[in-house]
Amino acid sequence: MIILWTDTLIYLLVIAISLAIFFIGKQPQMRRPIKKIGASKTGMISLVVLIFFVIIGLLDSVHFKSTESRTHEIISLLDYWAKPLREQGEKTYSAPFSTQLYSKETMTADDGTTQWGYPRLKFGGAHLQNPEAEWKMDVFTKALIGFGKGAGLFALLFIFFWITLHKNHEHFFANPTSKAVWFVLFTLISKTYMLIDLSMYYHVFGTDKVGEDVFYQAIKSIRTGLVIGSLTTMIMLPLAIVFGIMAGFFRGWVDDVIQYIYTTLNSIPSVLLIAASILMVQVYMSNHAEDFNSLIVRSDMRLLFLCLILGVTSWTGLCRMLRAETLKLREMEYVQAAQALGVRRGAILIRHILPNVMHIVLISVVLDFSGLVLAEAVLSYINIGVDPTTYSWGNMINGARLEMARDPVVWWSLLASFIFMFSLVLAANLFADTVRNAFDPRRAD
Amino acid sequence: MIKYILRRILYALPLLMGVNILSFILFFVVNSPDDMARMQLGQKHVTEQAVQNWKHQHGYDLPLLWNDRASSNKKMTETIFYQKSIGLFLLDFGVSDSGRNISEDIKQRMWPSLSIALPSLIVGLLVNISVALMMVLFRNSYLEFSSIVLCVILMSISSLFYIIGGQFFIGKLLKLVPISGYDTGFSAIKFLILPIVISVISGIGSGARWYRTLFLEEVEKDYVRTARAKGLTETQVLFKHVLKNAMIPILTGVVVVLPLLFMGSLIMESFFSIPGLGSYTIDAINSQDFAIVRAMVFLGSVLYIFGLILTDISYTIVDPRVRLS
Repeated sequence: MIILWTDTLIYLLVIAISLAIFFIGKQPQMRRPIKKIGASKTGMISLVVLIFFVIIGLLDSVHFKSTESRTHEIISLLDYWAKPLREQGEKTYSAPFSTQLYSKETMTADDGTTQWGYPRLKFGGAHLQNPEAEWKMDVFTKALIGFGKGAGLFALLFIFFWITLHKNHEHFFANPTSKAVWFVLFTLISKTYMLIDLSMYYHVFGTDKVGEDVFYQAIKSIRTGLVIGSLTTMIMLPLAIVFGIMAGFFRGWVDDVIQYIYTTLNSIPSVLLIAASILMVQVYMSNHAEDFNSLIVRSDMRLLFLCLILGVTSWTGLCRMLRAETLKLREMEYVQAAQALGVRRGAILIRHILPNVMHIVLISVVLDFSGLVLAEAVLSYINIGVDPTTYSWGNMINGARLEMARDPVVWWSLLASFIFMFSLVLAANLFADTVRNAFDPRRAD
Repeated sequence: MIKYILRRILYALPLLMGVNILSFILFFVVNSPDDMARMQLGQKHVTEQAVQNWKHQHGYDLPLLWNDRASSNKKMTETIFYQKSIGLFLLDFGVSDSGRNISEDIKQRMWPSLSIALPSLIVGLLVNISVALMMVLFRNSYLEFSSIVLCVILMSISSLFYIIGGQFFIGKLLKLVPISGYDTGFSAIKFLILPIVISVISGIGSGARWYRTLFLEEVEKDYVRTARAKGLTETQVLFKHVLKNAMIPILTGVVVVLPLLFMGSLIMESFFSIPGLGSYTIDAINSQDFAIVRAMVFLGSVLYIFGLILTDISYTIVDPRVRLS
């Protein structure tokens, strides 16, 4: 097993989140907002979708050296399972579910005659004898079989949970929210199974310029999106919390210095700051090429740098909010009482101030996530995002953008990245709204 | 008033100094000028002489912070830091790595940027505010619910898709306007319509939601209840009282970005190939022209700080409750 830098941070993040959930769940004052999230239909549905994405991202974060190929390339668990997708490349573009290449070529038939036409694909629909006639029926039956398998799997899961839980936890099945969640789970599982089944025989979202399966690219991009959304927050949070609370609590010169730092950082347009930093990273990497010998290590380092830079540019907003809130809190009676009783400053900060600003931190973390995923696409377009060899939705859009002028239009890369990105960002936005409604004291009823 | 403005400008100086130091560290300390020269001249097969020539040509052959070999009062000035900073503060950006005069380029390119950014801002503001007012007017109805859902959906689509989609459907399929390009004078209008429309549409989702929360906060206040108690209709209350009071945060939010409009939008301009400052920056990033990027970083922060000062001044003008201190 090989652990990349971002992998390590992802594992740490998963541990941190599970610990946070464990401790938050124990605190009595957090019960009400958590119940509120649990009762919200959109909130729970979007959470299920998010978790689905996270599972795929985690599968893609377990790397090891491939034993099958001689090259010993580094692959992930997801790559291992998606082997047919990864290896069944075509020559160039082909449309979704197509059995032919996008462009015409001269083909040599068995009897030696040459012909100008669309050659058959090597893998997509290769099992068909007569594509024109059988194609529609075959796709339909394959889809139906896949859907049936998925539905069966879901039924098994459902029955298992029903038997173990329905006596003591009837609310897992009875109330409208849980019904909606089960329904979403059903669609997710059956649709995924259908896509997996179909992608064994066809290129569900077509192939790109070098013949790589677009569906595979879209799935691989999930990890990049999640890494940027979550690792950036992990880098930004400590900065924002420590500086924000210190500025608000100590005031005086500490406040002045911290305000100076964040106003300076804030005054540089963030795109330009990111551009400048990425340029510098590029120069550094090309001058120290020996440290980044493998392609995957290099793109991983660049991803990490990008998160680091995004984190450094994005902590100022939260820091300002925390400073304002701390300024308000330190005048509260309970903080003054603690001061009068002679409690040490550090203890006051940790015991009285920190828990009372946590809701702001939580809300801004979930709110920022979707923005970061969207930002990745834009940054990749300007060439200051992730490495061009990394799978990401931004790179997919960037590659497909130039092909819009072709006739017939090559639209499938755009469609695939749109569907995946839109569902992740929409789920994140809806979940963020639910979290904000639940944790914002001004919206409490 | 003048005293206040002067003091604010004095406060801005240390900030600009900070920006300058930060960009200096980024551009000259993280990577030495030698690295940059190699990058510019191509990685392999670069002779030491070529590197030295390039450095001399661009004024990078001085020590970073302290020149020991220079005479006494030139120890500070004969350095990269001093040479490259003093120009920035005088808004004289020098020559780019490819030999063009940056200040001239900026003067020429800021007008196309402005001709997209300003109409987009104004139209976007009007559209967002009217949508938000509609939502507040019909609050707690299906109309509001569906428009909130629509806003979230619009927000979740990447701006790249708006641009690509707009170019494809309006430009290529319907052939209403040219897909991209630019022209001087009034004939530029047909090139500007599409980018403006697209940037307005892509901004509706988050913009309308933001203004809605502003209005909703106002609606809860006491003076609104008084206005209703006087017997004003809901429309009158909204347009005469709520809108007027919400204008203060709206206006100040707009004033901050006004100076930054000169910088243009990076992706809009490069998609529509408009020769503004945004596409200038992108070109500089792609050709790794460090002088231009550094100049743009500094210019951006000058404009932002200028926007902050403008905001404070406009507060005192719009809101009589705020006093200068």
